[in-house]
Amino acid sequence: MSGCSKRCKLGFVKFAQTVFKLITGTLSKDIAWWYYQYQRDKIEDELEMTMVCHRPEGLEQLEAQTNFTKRELQVLYRGFKNECPSGVVNEETFKQIYAQFFPHGDASMYAHYLFHAFDTTQTGSVKFEDFVTALSILLRGTVHEKLRWTFNLYDINKDGYINKEEMMDIVKAIYDMMGKYTYPVLKEDTPRQHVDVFFQKMDKNKDGIVTLDEFLESCQEDDNIMRSLQLFQNVM
Amino acid sequence: MAAGVAAWLPFARAAAIGWMPVANCPMPLAPADKNKRQDELIVLNVSGRRFQTWRTTLERYPDTLLGSTEKEFFFNEDTKEYFFDRDPEVFRCVLNFYRTGKLHYPRYECISAYDDELAFYGILPEIIGDCCYEEYKDRKRENAERLMDDNDSENNQESMPSLSFRQTMWRAFENPHTSTLALVFYYVTGFFIAVSVITNVVETVPCGTVPGSKELPCGERYSVAFFCLDTACVMIFTVEYLLRLFAAPSRYRFIRSVMSIIDVVAIMPYYIGLVMTNNEDVSGAFVTLRVFRVFRIFKFSRHSQGLRILGYTLKSCASELGFLLFSLTMAIIIFATVMFYAEKGSSASKFTSIPASFWYTIVTMTTLGYGDMVPKTIAGKIFGSICSLSGVLVIALPVPVIVSNFSRIYHQNQRADKRRAQKKARLARIRVAKTGSSNAYLHSKRNGLLTEALELMGTPEEENMGKSTSLIESQHHHLLHCLEKTTGLSYLVDDPLLSVRTSTIKNHEFVDEQMFEQNCMESSMQNYPSTRSPSLSSHPGLTTTCCSRRSKKSTHLPNSSLPATRLRSMQELSTIHIQGSEQPSLTTSRSSLNLKADDGLRPNCKTSQITTAIISIPTPPALTPEGESRPPPATPGPNTNIPSIASNVVKVSAL
Repeated sequence: MSGCSKRCKLGFVKFAQTVFKLITGTLSKDIAWWYYQYQRDKIEDELEMTMVCHRPEGLEQLEAQTNFTKRELQVLYRGFKNECPSGVVNEETFKQIYAQFFPHGDASMYAHYLFHAFDTTQTGSVKFEDFVTALSILLRGTVHEKLRWTFNLYDINKDGYINKEEMMDIVKAIYDMMGKYTYPVLKEDTPRQHVDVFFQKMDKNKDGIVTLDEFLESCQEDDNIMRSLQLFQNVM
Repeated sequence: MAAGVAAWLPFARAAAIGWMPVANCPMPLAPADKNKRQDELIVLNVSGRRFQTWRTTLERYPDTLLGSTEKEFFFNEDTKEYFFDRDPEVFRCVLNFYRTGKLHYPRYECISAYDDELAFYGILPEIIGDCCYEEYKDRKRENAERLMDDNDSENNQESMPSLSFRQTMWRAFENPHTSTLALVFYYVTGFFIAVSVITNVVETVPCGTVPGSKELPCGERYSVAFFCLDTACVMIFTVEYLLRLFAAPSRYRFIRSVMSIIDVVAIMPYYIGLVMTNNEDVSGAFVTLRVFRVFRIFKFSRHSQGLRILGYTLKSCASELGFLLFSLTMAIIIFATVMFYAEKGSSASKFTSIPASFWYTIVTMTTLGYGDMVPKTIAGKIFGSICSLSGVLVIALPVPVIVSNFSRIYHQNQRADKRRAQKKARLARIRVAKTGSSNAYLHSKRNGLLTEALELMGTPEEENMGKSTSLIESQHHHLLHCLEKTTGLSYLVDDPLLSVRTSTIKNHEFVDEQMFEQNCMESSMQNYPSTRSPSLSSHPGLTTTCCSRRSKKSTHLPNSSLPATRLRSMQELSTIHIQGSEQPSLTTSRSSLNLKADDGLRPNCKTSQITTAIISIPTPPALTPEGESRPPPATPGPNTNIPSIASNVVKVSAL
């Protein structure tokens, strides 16, 4: 709100200035120049926001906090810094990066949920420490930790429970990543069926929501899931 | 996938854990990372400048030289680094491409050098970033135009041997400098265009009075003379047009071209006038047609490059001109309306209607100000002044664009002309270099054989070894020598008087200039019609070789005169000669490089044949007839008075 009124005041001042200049005879200010000034101010505003720079904690601390070795941290940081020189990832960049891996479909929704799973402090930006912590869990963590992280991902509103709508959103986002051209063609209610199957498996007391314990229990019963959790063990 | 985000692949794979609980089917196995080596620094030594980067940085783009195993070819075992013998400046840009994913084009770099480097490293220029792409494309286009220009003018200058008559005519029309006839034609047409235009102008000048009638224009007073002039001009133009039409490679395209339309329009009125009757009404219309005769002046654009440039400029500035026209029209309509309504009130106003005000607006906006229409009311005067001020602005806006376009095209043309002028010098330099190298070969051959001969004969002789050739040179010469042996021909110096290809000697024999002259003179006598007569040519300087076998005759002659020595030398052709010391009396009119050593290895040689070759060297003094004489040559040659000598028939073959 305050930004809006500030911009209005700015605009009015500019207008008054232009009229004054016109009257005093500096006829060189034509429409193009006016527009150009307006654009420049807009850009300046934007630049202010992105001047943030963040440096991560020291290498030793990160090594202690995560399950990565120094070398791995170095490699990770180099890649991170290459894409995000300012040291933080905002959601837009996150979505762009993730979308590059799934060119056929629309990865923006899933990236959105992922971002919020990474951004544990809900600041709107992911620092290197958050990034590396999450990666450490996903790649080097215990099964328990992984499952808990996944539960956190599914729980969109972070209330501790997964309900059908949240799961629906997640599943739809995953299907979106596939894109339109699939075989067999995606039918309307396939996501819904998928969610139903999921809930049947996970929701032990059939109360329509899945708690963390139900989730952990159900996943540990399922061999497939257990096996697939170990899939990315040696990614780094 | 952009390689920069390849570093984020572990993250994307890790995030896939989020799908696991949702998945219905089991997941596929992950690919094993076979050579899981730690990231290492690679040293790239480019012409001494060392660059270092991570191996994974380079592996981001696996289809380039640095990203693939191709760089292993450049690995230097001793220094454990990759050595590239290329430009380090451009390598900077290339390496930055791997690091940042964006390829930049530095402005100071030459476009073709840059292209070459990119091609070497296997990078497509299309991925140049947006920041530099325009600049790159512009310069590339300029360069391509320049090359095309060069090629075109080169093609024009080469004499293409087999042009049909039609093609020669077309070339003569398009490029008058190709032959004198074309030049003459060019100037004649130019002259007649000028005559025709001047005639048209002078026709209308009042020429003094004929007694008994009023003042007449010259056209009517001397109508017969003017008619004759006009007829002559139109005849010339018609003939020219028809010739061009005949010679044009694509007649349809020619008819549609601007110049041909101008030609037609220029001569049409005359023919229409011939056809027309002398009817009063019709001849009025006919008189109007004569206006088109002024188009003849446009025919000058074939003769003037400046006119062509102007026309081309106007064509390329079509959009600016269109904008000028449009904005002027808008302004005219606006101001005319305003002036009309402003002046409506005043009495006896000239602004009778809006279209009538158009004239005032145009005259005012272009700052002409004839003064035939002036506003009288105050409002009219105010708007009139605004009109004239804005007129200046509107007209001044697009003019600089047109001017800059004209200047650019003009300078381009200047540059093209300059390049063409410099081209001659450049080609001469290239030719000198080429002959230098071929002369070097012949020189070295002579020296090389000299050395061999000396070694064979054991005589420590002349010091004309020349300078010692480098290893590369000697290998090159050996290669040329092998080619000579393969084909049975040999290289000649570019001397028209000696453009003889005769097979004279067998392997490793060479002929120095005197010998060569003798051979040539000999061969001039040998005009027997042989089975190879189709290969005979009676043009001076043009011969063909054919198999020849040395006659086994041996004739001894006193070593007194030119022919004598020649003959004796001829006999001893099978051995290596060192001529220099033996015949000091012989003239050496040719340069020392006019060696012709014909290593006639003739695998397809049949029985002894006679070389028939005619050359155009001046007839030497009469030769002493020796031995048996053969019948004199039947075909004409410059040296028919030389009696044939038995051993002179000889053109030894290698066999």
